[in-house]
Amino acid sequence: MMKRDACFRILARHITDEIVIASYSGAVEWNEINPRVLNHFSIGAMGLGSSHGLGLALGRPDKRVVVLDGDGSLLMNLGSLVTIAAAAPRNLVHFVCQNDTYEANGGHPIPNPKVDFAAMARSAGYAHCHEISELASFEQQIGHVLSQDGPVFCTLHVERSKPLTYDYNDLYAVARRKALKAALQQSQPSS
Amino acid sequence: MDAPAPAAKETAKVELHGAAILAAIKDSGVKFVLSVPDIVTSAGLLRPISRDPDLRLIRVCKEDECIGIASGLSFCDQRALVLIQYTGFLDSLNAIRAVAVEYKQPICMMVGLLGHEPERPPTQSGRFGVRIIEPILDTMGIAHELISQDADVPKIRPAIDAAYAQSLPVALLIGRRPLAP
Repeated sequence: MMKRDACFRILARHITDEIVIASYSGAVEWNEINPRVLNHFSIGAMGLGSSHGLGLALGRPDKRVVVLDGDGSLLMNLGSLVTIAAAAPRNLVHFVCQNDTYEANGGHPIPNPKVDFAAMARSAGYAHCHEISELASFEQQIGHVLSQDGPVFCTLHVERSKPLTYDYNDLYAVARRKALKAALQQSQPSS
Repeated sequence: MDAPAPAAKETAKVELHGAAILAAIKDSGVKFVLSVPDIVTSAGLLRPISRDPDLRLIRVCKEDECIGIASGLSFCDQRALVLIQYTGFLDSLNAIRAVAVEYKQPICMMVGLLGHEPERPPTQSGRFGVRIIEPILDTMGIAHELISQDADVPKIRPAIDAAYAQSLPVALLIGRRPLAP
């Protein structure tokens, strides 16, 4: 089992110009570790992170899109695995941080902690699926996972790093959305 | 016995043509259509959209996915149309509330009113689910237009343009089965 913050610190070293979508606890922690304009936080409609990611991946096929989903969130939008696999964006990497709880909602367990998300993604039709539980393994594999042709799926078996402070208004502030849109407009490939 | 004399002026048949709606969608700059099939728009819109090389159809499993996908596309200056049934609209209300309304994203929805009687306003429909759609949209502050006949089709492009110009949602309610091209 990995601490999520340790996992994200390693991931941050591999992130350059990718668009990163994160939800709830993962969003709070990712924003602490790697605040940047090309982050987008899926807050307010739990489960939509993967769908936001698909839209961004389809809209900007020239850029890689990394989704940091939560297990409770993905359970609310399991159909998105099938939708994403069918749309087949080569530039999408979909992580789920599986800590077996609704961390942002009191730490209650998900209905079945034995759920195998990577198997679901594989049967849905993702091009590559991974499952990582150890930090050393994550460090060794992350470069490969991020560079594969998508859609790529990777379950990260993590545990809570520390108590988090949730400021959803800040995470989904208008200024952040405008900055992301402006950055994507500036980096439009010439047609 | 002589046949009855024809009426001096026959009432023109009211129709709604899918080809006209499709042309308006494309004129609006929409490149992506995100959809769960709806029997109201199945033959007249979804099937021709699925064959149209100018549009990319993304078939989703559940309607609220469309809200996230359309939002993501809007960050990339790509216009999308969400093509769903009113039941899917109702099922997606929290996503619409959060992403479209509170976060002011330009989500353009074309919503089939299954069971709507085109001769009546939707608020007077015999179907409870149809009757409540416009009041819900009004409560949420979402602009909406009723598209029930060909004369309504010119409302589509300005509605979509306004949604993207103001970064706000809009709902285009399809009140009659569009005829297949």
